[in-house]
Amino acid sequence: MNARRRFDPAQLAEQMLAQTKRLGATSADLLFAEAESMGVRVRMGSIERLESAQEQRLGLRCFIGRRSASTSTSDLSPDSIRELVERTCSLAKVTAEDPAAGLPDSSELTTSIPDLDLYDDAAAQLTAEDRIGLAKRAEGAALAVDPRLTNSEGADCDYGGAEVWYASSGGFIGSYRGTRTSLSVSPVASQNGQMQRDYWYTSGRHLRQLISPDEVGRIAAERTLRRLGARPVKTQQAPVIFDPETASQLLGTIVSAVSGYSLYRRASFLVDQLTKPVAAPIVTVEDDGTIPREVGSKPFDGEGLPTRKKKVIDGGVLKSYLLDCYTARKLNLKPTGNATRGVGDPPGVAPTNLRLVPGESAPEAIIRSIPNGLYVTELIGFGINLATGDYSQGAAGVWIDKGELTFPVEEVTIAGNLRDMLMQIEAIGNDLPPHRGVASPTIKIGRMTIAGT
Amino acid sequence: MFDELMPSSQQPITFFDERFGLDRAMLERAIGRALGGAIDYADLYAEYRVNESISLEEGIVKQASHAVSQGAGLRALSGDKTGFAYTDEISLDRLTLAARQARAIAQRQEETDATGLLRKGRDGGHDLYALRQLPTEATLEGKLELLNTIDRIARAYDPRITSVITSIASEDRLVVVASSDGWVAGDRRPLVRLNVTCIAEEGGRREIGSYGGGGRLEFGWLLEEERFARYAREAARQAILNLSAKEAPAGTMTVVLGPGWPGILLHEAIGHGLEADFNRKGVSAFTGKIGQRVASELCTIVDDGTIPNRRGSLNIDDEGTPTSRTVLIEQGILKGYLQDRLNAKLMGMAPTGNGRRQSFAHPPMPRMTNTFMLAGESDPDEIIRSVKSGLYAVSFGGGQVDITNGKFVFSASEAYLIEDGKVTAPVKGATLIGNGPDVLTRVSMVGSDLKLDEGVGVCGKDGQSVPVGVGLPTIRVDGLTVGGTSV
Repeated sequence: MNARRRFDPAQLAEQMLAQTKRLGATSADLLFAEAESMGVRVRMGSIERLESAQEQRLGLRCFIGRRSASTSTSDLSPDSIRELVERTCSLAKVTAEDPAAGLPDSSELTTSIPDLDLYDDAAAQLTAEDRIGLAKRAEGAALAVDPRLTNSEGADCDYGGAEVWYASSGGFIGSYRGTRTSLSVSPVASQNGQMQRDYWYTSGRHLRQLISPDEVGRIAAERTLRRLGARPVKTQQAPVIFDPETASQLLGTIVSAVSGYSLYRRASFLVDQLTKPVAAPIVTVEDDGTIPREVGSKPFDGEGLPTRKKKVIDGGVLKSYLLDCYTARKLNLKPTGNATRGVGDPPGVAPTNLRLVPGESAPEAIIRSIPNGLYVTELIGFGINLATGDYSQGAAGVWIDKGELTFPVEEVTIAGNLRDMLMQIEAIGNDLPPHRGVASPTIKIGRMTIAGT
Repeated sequence: MFDELMPSSQQPITFFDERFGLDRAMLERAIGRALGGAIDYADLYAEYRVNESISLEEGIVKQASHAVSQGAGLRALSGDKTGFAYTDEISLDRLTLAARQARAIAQRQEETDATGLLRKGRDGGHDLYALRQLPTEATLEGKLELLNTIDRIARAYDPRITSVITSIASEDRLVVVASSDGWVAGDRRPLVRLNVTCIAEEGGRREIGSYGGGGRLEFGWLLEEERFARYAREAARQAILNLSAKEAPAGTMTVVLGPGWPGILLHEAIGHGLEADFNRKGVSAFTGKIGQRVASELCTIVDDGTIPNRRGSLNIDDEGTPTSRTVLIEQGILKGYLQDRLNAKLMGMAPTGNGRRQSFAHPPMPRMTNTFMLAGESDPDEIIRSVKSGLYAVSFGGGQVDITNGKFVFSASEAYLIEDGKVTAPVKGATLIGNGPDVLTRVSMVGSDLKLDEGVGVCGKDGQSVPVGVGLPTIRVDGLTVGGTSV
């Protein structure tokens, strides 16, 4: 990955931090990222797109007292880097004193950087032909399942590898590298003039974490065929089961609501709820950035703090927010090792590997427990108001009648309030999908409004 | 930095030559490396972009940021196959490597030379946003002062406004496209956007209101006619209004959409489904429907990339094709698709100037520019009076569509009940869902009040975001599913 690097990032960091000091900065941190990527798309059995790239980007944040500014560039010439440092320092002078701004306390920094085995040589060394082969097999497997699968939006096999350095005037310097490969396919089925599309995918840091292309194709085909003949149902209130895909999206919404930035701005329905019950007692949510070989793992966060394992919700009680240093200071709490950084952006907050802890029930048993209701397999739209918890999304899935999956449903919305939805989680499946970052098993919510005809 | 008199089509060509030595000979060598054999087209897209952003919250300017991005994407086409590679270093070595990677799509080994290829400029480009001062060149002091003024206006609107977040984002993008058809084209694209978000609190209830505007305009435009003050008051008004909003209804009902931003309906229901790539592949719910009725005869819908200073407008698209005004639906009949170069060629149709890309690191594909419905003849008040019971929605958040089955959603952020022809109680935001090829057949009235949005739209497709515009007159839709909670 470093074939074109003409400098030592550690040395560059040291020089830049020294330069910021000369220009009046009281502290500074910088991020340097090098990435390579390759993507292939196969459609109807032949290659449609082949993409590849190498990139590098440098970002700098300077503090003058409690004032700060961030800059970034992909132009790494010495002139450009000098310009970057000067610009950052002068930009910082125009911003206001923010009492909560600043680098982390040195005592909080990661002291030994663990090797989390996030880089897979096998994934990095796969050739374009190999990737085309995987995509062809996945698409071929999908289209072979049923003659109603007549078309395809294609199969993609994407690879990304990156190495990241973080250094701060607080005395931290560290780097890590990682790979990620994904394989996905979107077949299209038609029947009686109606067309439906669905998809399936697999991904992981190591190639061996991926399920087989045949399996990806088969699941994509089944999900697509299941949607043929879909129609709306009557407007009503009924139980709703989210499959692991849609349940993970719902969990992602909860993540935004426990992010320090939503909380100190009071733009979250979970404001002031720490230590209080916010979900049904069967709900436990964990975040753990230290699991080897996992998508969301990293040896230190975007401010050099160690990542860690913590319970966000324990037995329905809200135990921890997700915080970086800034939001921790704003809320008078301790940072949780969840700082994330885009190169050139100030820190934000992100989950690492966040999961709703699975329960005992098989998903089939949860479906059988419902006299009638909706099994949701796809959500579309942006109808979520984090401040109020109001939730209204477009949905597609399968209608449950007397505990059995019956006909496919589309063109309906499901609505409720996240507060009530969390409290009404009545069952949690045992089917937590692996290697997903933010992941949930099947869940059942006691009652939501379904709007249709 | 630039000669004021140099046209915006020439400025980027001169800039890349002076800064990176990217002259005609280097462009020809890079394109030459991608051409030959089964490759029937190659192009190079070079980009230099400056993004500046400052934001204010809790009454102080906490952050200022500045980012420079540069790079070039090389593309080689062979039939319906695309080879694409990009580099963030603009040098002959890196461009040559990218060209080799791009042409691997045709498994071609030999190297060619395209000396003398680039003989001309590109004809027909527009000049829609020549500015006296770029928004990135306006002083930071002026921007800081404006942020502080907006904060005061929003807080003064109502004591229940507890939090105000305001940001100004400015962009300067220089683009050069060189094509194996033998031409070089340039475009300099300024963009400015002001956003205001207010949070109101009362008795433990919290609500949000957001508003903003912008375009390919000078920073000073935000100050003209006190536009910034209107944005600030609108954001505050929405947040306060929502404090008293009641549960939204659930079910299928008559919906009146207000003018302007509700045009997102067209973007989701019609626009994406008419992008040529989906239709060439036969995966759009609109596939094969050209010449058929897909809307009531009151509906004429266009996509127009040539409106001066609009956020969705471009002088040339990202493949160098001059933008145009494309009629998508004329009096209810489906007329055309939004084309990029690849799909137009494969479908035997003309490019429409809709080949767009997020950046040099993304390959182009068919995208919308400014999509809107032409004005009709009804008086907007009369439209509301005509509804016995229904929903009046005037402001929206985001939307999404499933291209293949045609189902689309868009989420109201300001809506009211209509009872006996009168707008009554505000209701909470709710998602509206419908079927693209069918929803506009139920448009029974079209107002005379066509309005374009304020200039804040962002459209996402296949992981790429581009700025777009929408527009709509007041319309009445007889039967749209509203996803509230109140049954």
